[in-house]
Amino acid sequence: MAACSVEALLAKAEQEEAEKLKSISVQKELDLEFDIGNLLACDKNRIDLREFREQKKEDFLRSLARDNTQLLINEIWKQPTERVQEAIVVKLPDPATPLPREKPPPKAKPPTKWEQFAKLKGIQKKKKTNLVWDETRVAKNEYNRLKNIARAQKGKVPVMGLATSTQQSKEELSLAVSVAKTSTASAGRFQDRLPKEKAPKNMGKKRKFEPLIGDFSNERHKQLELLKLMDGKKPKLDITKAVNKQMREEDREEAAAKYKKRAGKKGRKGGNMSGKGKGKGGKGGKGKGGKAGGGGGGGGGKRRGKPGKH
Amino acid sequence: MEGITKRSKRFLESRAPKLIEDVKTAMIMKGGNTSQTVTQALKDIVSSNITRPFEDSTSLEFFSKKTDSSLFLFGSHNKKRDHMPNDVCVTVSFVLFAGRLFDFHVLDMIELGIEKYVSLSDVKASKCPEGTKPMLVFAGEAFDTDNEHKRLKSLLLDFFRGPTVSAVRLAGLEHVLHFTALDGKIYMRSYRSLLKKSGCRTPRIELEEIGPSCDLVLRRTHLASDDLYKLAHRQPKALKAKKKKNISHDAFGTKFGRVHMQKQDLSKLRTRKMKGLRKRKGNVVAEEQDGQAPKVAKEAEHTE
Repeated sequence: MAACSVEALLAKAEQEEAEKLKSISVQKELDLEFDIGNLLACDKNRIDLREFREQKKEDFLRSLARDNTQLLINEIWKQPTERVQEAIVVKLPDPATPLPREKPPPKAKPPTKWEQFAKLKGIQKKKKTNLVWDETRVAKNEYNRLKNIARAQKGKVPVMGLATSTQQSKEELSLAVSVAKTSTASAGRFQDRLPKEKAPKNMGKKRKFEPLIGDFSNERHKQLELLKLMDGKKPKLDITKAVNKQMREEDREEAAAKYKKRAGKKGRKGGNMSGKGKGKGGKGGKGKGGKAGGGGGGGGGKRRGKPGKH
Repeated sequence: MEGITKRSKRFLESRAPKLIEDVKTAMIMKGGNTSQTVTQALKDIVSSNITRPFEDSTSLEFFSKKTDSSLFLFGSHNKKRDHMPNDVCVTVSFVLFAGRLFDFHVLDMIELGIEKYVSLSDVKASKCPEGTKPMLVFAGEAFDTDNEHKRLKSLLLDFFRGPTVSAVRLAGLEHVLHFTALDGKIYMRSYRSLLKKSGCRTPRIELEEIGPSCDLVLRRTHLASDDLYKLAHRQPKALKAKKKKNISHDAFGTKFGRVHMQKQDLSKLRTRKMKGLRKRKGNVVAEEQDGQAPKVAKEAEHTE
């Protein structure tokens, strides 16, 4: 009983397969010759003239064409396929049919004077090594590119304090204001102030030098003071004061880092770095901001252990 | 070649013989008295890309140089007056000259008479997008047995195959050009192929006729001699596929490799694993016994 059902199943499966293949199979006396690289098929079978004359010409030709095209498509579908940007593409082999060229193949050129010389000396062509990836440069390039774009569109060029368009904090805005104020030729000494605005503390450290030949007594006094200081055993640096200052700075940095993280920006605010020690950060780097901040924090951490070395 | 600019240099380089050649371009030309039909025929064959219609007097080869094309199609129509005793018959025939050039000299040229022509505009059907690489089918014994038909087949292949590509979008296989050599004529038909579901991976094909279609008759031919033909086929050595040494294929497609080994001392070969014969340090006596043991083992194997 079981055997019967198995046989029946197999027979049924075979039939189904045959049905499926029926739609694409074509009977021909002679197989066609294919040149898939050229999408070409050649049918050498004899065509029955009688059939051709009996039927309507176009219908006969069309059915012949259909059969041959079916065989060609079957052959093409045997080739490997791959997916390229949402379309399925079949890879074609090289064309097999030899066709005449347009022009004769190029003649080998005699080696140039340099080539002869190089061959004689054994000089080999050296390829220039590829440039190495430099992240700091990349960040700087990116910043410049954006600035160019903004300038080209006559839009607002992001100022150092105001690079982000989202909400700025009070500190950032005040920093942006102070930076804008001091970006003048006289370092902001002659800028007008709002009625209730406080005078800026660090009034652009423009150095003032004493005249060369001036007050002799003053000069003498100064020199003696200096010598006394150099002689004295007491160090100029007040250790406790220095340490306290350093610690305060570090605390400020950590707070800034936390704020930065919360704000989620990639350290575009160069503002929270004090101008003194972190000259690099102040100068160039929207992109460098995060890195230098991290570096500063790391450096500060190191220094914590050795305050005396100052 | 003094004073050549980079631009002109590039231009000349593009025309110079190359290792791997670009797609052949065709010049389509009209003869002295071409009729509407012929013009239409020419237009249809290359859709919108007629390079330029020229007058009779111009030289074919000169224009091939000018346009850097190596294929040409020249259409005209002749009015023949047959003076019969009582009547004057005028037979009008539309003629197409198709040919190709090698090194700016005519290689092959075939005159085809157009007996019936149905243009693109006459056939009401949605057309294939321009630029699709067509599938080409040649049917009929003549294309395999008759020399002239063989050349014609090669010429038509050159004309219609389009640029050689390494891959083709399966959905883009829409255009089929079918040439049938039968009854002294060549029937060219152009179809659009529809890929239908077939139950298996390969689709079933249905064809829809689109234009143009023509019935051609082979007339005069001017074919290149065998020597010239062979010369035109010569490929530069650099293009020949490098054969991998020591690899061969047999009839079934199995890949065979060849490994070259140094000469082995067959007397020292051990074909059977015998624990006692294993090499131990400083065991010279065992070596002599080895000389005989393997041979015995071999014979035993044969009898098995």
